[in-house]
Amino acid sequence: MTSVNPLNWWRSFLALPNTHPLKAIGVVFLVALVCSFAVSLTAVTLKPLQDANRLRESAASLVEVLEMLGGGTPRAHMVDLASGNYTKRDPGTWTEIDPNNDIAGLGQLETVAKVYELYENDRLKLVILPVRGSGYQSMLKGYLALRDDLNTIAALTFHEQGETPGMGARVAEKEWQTLWADKQVTDESGVIRIEVVRGEATGVYEVDGISGATRTGSGVTDLVVFWLGPDGYGPYLERLKAEGAE
Amino acid sequence: MSIKDRPPIEPILITNPVTVHVLGICSALAVTTSLATALVMSASLIFVLSFSNTLISLIRRHIPNSVRLIVQITIIASLVIVVDQVLQAYFFDMSKRLSVFVGLIVTNCIVLGRAEAFAMKNPPGPSLLDGIGNGLGYAWILMLIGAVRELLVAGTLLGRTILPLADDGGWFTPLQLMALPPGAFFLLAMLIWAVRSLRPEQREVLPGTSDEESAS
Repeated sequence: MTSVNPLNWWRSFLALPNTHPLKAIGVVFLVALVCSFAVSLTAVTLKPLQDANRLRESAASLVEVLEMLGGGTPRAHMVDLASGNYTKRDPGTWTEIDPNNDIAGLGQLETVAKVYELYENDRLKLVILPVRGSGYQSMLKGYLALRDDLNTIAALTFHEQGETPGMGARVAEKEWQTLWADKQVTDESGVIRIEVVRGEATGVYEVDGISGATRTGSGVTDLVVFWLGPDGYGPYLERLKAEGAE
Repeated sequence: MSIKDRPPIEPILITNPVTVHVLGICSALAVTTSLATALVMSASLIFVLSFSNTLISLIRRHIPNSVRLIVQITIIASLVIVVDQVLQAYFFDMSKRLSVFVGLIVTNCIVLGRAEAFAMKNPPGPSLLDGIGNGLGYAWILMLIGAVRELLVAGTLLGRTILPLADDGGWFTPLQLMALPPGAFFLLAMLIWAVRSLRPEQREVLPGTSDEESAS
């Protein structure tokens, strides 16, 4: 009569010779199981702390952008991305992006986004928009600041990225971010032209690429084009422009 | 000499993984721009190395030879993820400065090298000591290079001004070369030169008779 005691199964498993296929599969499975448990446990327990760190970082980055552009206290607004109108509350819902339009590689898009408007003497001076998108090997997160004509870039900064150190990661460095100042987004016909080029930029629609980081550069182009386009802040910016023209 | 007869403090100088085996130099170059980053990197490596050695040694009799690398790497990678997550939670700025290099401990040849060469053949106690010893051997080199580079580039140690910079009204003109990877290469080379001059038996015998592992 065979025993059903699990401890005996365990003993006979350990007693299997190391050359037995079942032993190899079993050991790999058990090691993977224990390791995945340890990794999940750490990741889940530490997530609140990490999220708080990222939030603090993002807020600090916003303050930095503002100080770089002359300081001031911006007004935060919730914007319904589809209509471009202000909204009182954030339903916290997300929509799937049509894969054909998802150039920034986001997959999902929030229905309501938080934007910052800076006024000086009751005139709009800056709009600061949170942006994100896929780079070469990570999600880039940052802020795009537009001047009062809503077509001139005041600043583009990234506070979260995991690109290759010394190459793509240089998108987070001041030297590169300053290249964005005073670049134009659209041409006279309203087509979005802004682009990170390979090599040196010529003209107001181009930004120098980082050598060795072509794909990070095109990721940045794509995310800027996406967020300023019709699926991103396009409707909101159109509304602001129309109001400003009145 | 049998591997078992070596005292665990040997890897700190005599069989140092960096100066003797020239292992783990990728991170030795990348994270040594300041003493603080070198310190955190060293602590992370010591943690991973001592735990991976101990854990692998504990189950060494039940690791089938055919899948041993998979099992070792799974354990090492899990430990590295845990360290990375802890850094992101409690030392966020530091984890940003170290960027991918904490994750790259997985590919640090010292960790897998010690698992293969020592932990698979020895009991947990000595394996733990071997891990700590090799970790410390890596650590002091990293911290030395980190300290020299920080001092020569920023005139500081752990952020405290030691040599007042000329730009701030002091007398010290920073050596910008040291901020770049070649600066670390030069320092590491000089260090290996110094260590091998003091201990001539560490010199590799050329040509092709050396049994040293190749650099990582």
